[in-house]
Amino acid sequence: MKVRISFDALQQMHKHAETDYPNECCGFFYGLEGDIRQVRITRKVENAKEGDQRRRFQIAPKDYQEAEKYAIDHDLDLLGVYHSHPDHPAEPSEHDRKVAMPWFSYIIISVQDGEAVKTRSWQLNNERQFEEETVETEEFTTK
Amino acid sequence: MATIIIPTPLRKYTNQNRKFETTEDNLSDAIQQFIDEYPEVKQNLLDEDGNVRSYIKLYIGDEEVNPAENGSTQLTDDTEVSIVPAIAGGTEL
Repeated sequence: MKVRISFDALQQMHKHAETDYPNECCGFFYGLEGDIRQVRITRKVENAKEGDQRRRFQIAPKDYQEAEKYAIDHDLDLLGVYHSHPDHPAEPSEHDRKVAMPWFSYIIISVQDGEAVKTRSWQLNNERQFEEETVETEEFTTK
Repeated sequence: MATIIIPTPLRKYTNQNRKFETTEDNLSDAIQQFIDEYPEVKQNLLDEDGNVRSYIKLYIGDEEVNPAENGSTQLTDDTEVSIVPAIAGGTEL
């Protein structure tokens, strides 16, 4: 499993994670599915978790439905969800695993003292355990 | 026929189909028909007790529905039942 993230998409995710620090941020990413998932576009989503957002994120159902519609309208694949872990490693928690969906890539950005320092990606296997995906960064020509 | 809208993560179990048209006329039977058509969906849609998993919501329009509570909800030809993952997560507390 390999995910290739465009330079711009990675920068946008990092900026979002740093802006929302010390809270968790979240969003979707889109691109093309294949032997290597190509992440080209990100879309920020408001963290809908009520209360303390430093350790939790939630995406409103309406935002999810809009995310699916965006993929169809733009002929892209909705490839997964990104979120940040403020002052924690870019590793999925048990809470992440319990509520994760199959097939999606879950990109996690570790933010330490307000700076995005590590980006890793994970996907559920058939036993509902996370396996890490190889992340590559590349600048795409999108025009 | 009513339509079930399938979210991206479940399409690996539905031959990449985005929609399923059901001939059933209530919510519970429609979900059962959907699972009968695509058995691999079941473990990701339902828990061990046969209820829709807590992190998956069903909507008809803007209204959340649940086969355990609203199973007899009648479906018409233009009804769309959306399966919506309730995306959430976070670090260890």
